Amino acid sequence: MKRKLALVALLASSAMGLVHADAIEDGIAKYREMLQDGNPAELFEMSGEELWTTARGPKNATMEKCDLGKGPGVVKGAFVELPRFFADTGRVQDLESRLITCMATLQGFNEAELNKTGYAKGEQANVRDMATYVAGASREMKIATPQSHQKEREMYEVGKRLFFMRSGPHDFACATCHAEDGKRIRLQGLPNLTGNPGDGIGFAAWPAYRVGNAQMWPMQKRLNDCYRQQRFPEPKFGSDATIALGVYMGVNAKGAKSIAPAIKR
Amino acid sequence: MKKIIPFAAIGASLVLSGCMSTSISSADADKLTAEVVKTSFQDKGIAKLSRLEQDEANRLCSAADVAGKPLDAATAKAIEEAQMKTIKWPSDGKFLGDFKAGEKVAQSGKGLTWKDKAGATNGGNCYNCHQISKTEMSYGSLGPSLYNYGKLRGVTDPDSPASKAIVEYTWGKLWNSRAYNACSNMPRVGHNGILTEAQIKDVMALLLDPKSPVNQ
Repeated sequence: MKRKLALVALLASSAMGLVHADAIEDGIAKYREMLQDGNPAELFEMSGEELWTTARGPKNATMEKCDLGKGPGVVKGAFVELPRFFADTGRVQDLESRLITCMATLQGFNEAELNKTGYAKGEQANVRDMATYVAGASREMKIATPQSHQKEREMYEVGKRLFFMRSGPHDFACATCHAEDGKRIRLQGLPNLTGNPGDGIGFAAWPAYRVGNAQMWPMQKRLNDCYRQQRFPEPKFGSDATIALGVYMGVNAKGAKSIAPAIKR
Repeated sequence: MKKIIPFAAIGASLVLSGCMSTSISSADADKLTAEVVKTSFQDKGIAKLSRLEQDEANRLCSAADVAGKPLDAATAKAIEEAQMKTIKWPSDGKFLGDFKAGEKVAQSGKGLTWKDKAGATNGGNCYNCHQISKTEMSYGSLGPSLYNYGKLRGVTDPDSPASKAIVEYTWGKLWNSRAYNACSNMPRVGHNGILTEAQIKDVMALLLDPKSPVNQ
């Protein structure tokens, strides 16, 4: 609550002073700085770490043997190399869809049911927390989304086409807002996702804690909300479209330092 | 030997392109994308799967964006001509409504998401991308500034013959922006039923009425 008030105060002071977009953005930047040692995302991270080592599910097992791409049990560095191809499932998977694979194979949860569960409800809240934990274990590491497997390269090409796909009543594509440098929607700065937008920006910031609605959003939820605002129908959780977009953004952001879990307004 | 040749060809093309190996043809990537689109989305509220069906203009502009090359002049012209035919001019011949109501339409970004109800009043999303009235500081920069839109174009009496061309252009641009710029990013607010005729008249007044705050 105190933090929320601080943001309001900062926003108000910048609004009264310069009343300019840059001033508001500065306010947000200052707020982020203030929270560097107290990002609420850390609470979700801690919860995720605990879930990771707790025996759960029909098989009463932990997630500690989960293979996130760097071998069973390796968490550090896994996030910055996702999405990637997994031989056991035969598909390219992002962090959250891979967590669900592990929850199904190791702990015995029903994969289809988990995919159908709404954001932050039931076991999806645990997926969110574990995604935050896994992302946090790659803090300050550079995005290195792999392109060595044929399917990973295919997904990049699919992601690129989805990114530029204009449709729906507003003819919006991801590119409508995210294909140029230095643009804003209202006062919100828009990262250019067709290249590397810089350390901790865009792909290198999610999962992130959103101050505005006090919610922790992993990438699947972030993309879901983008598509809502694009006026598209809903992307299914863990669908190939969402994963292909992850590959496209990740490969474009190669070398950007991850600050996930970040804090956003 | 036969098997080696295609690999050599791929290798050569990789060297030539000098960047990441895609190892999938553009046509195959298009096909795969269509399959991914088909399996990845679901109806939610008023946002149905039919929204994923692109019209010719969107299909061509998206493909040009993927290729990173603008449309050739002939294709662009064909799109603009086809879109021009869709413009419906005001049924009563009156182009301008109330600028105060227009400001409200310009402010609102509501409507047509899966959270919105069918038949609800939509907004124009105008401030998301454009500066319009000087008093509204929270405006986006994806589109050009529209502050002093009428004034800069010399509109002192929107009903005068001298203003006819700019008034009609503005109506047409709002109704269907792609009639003037084949791959414009601006929503086709009339053509796609985002705003009603009455709402477009109000936005017209916001931009062109000499009394509107936009023209002070």
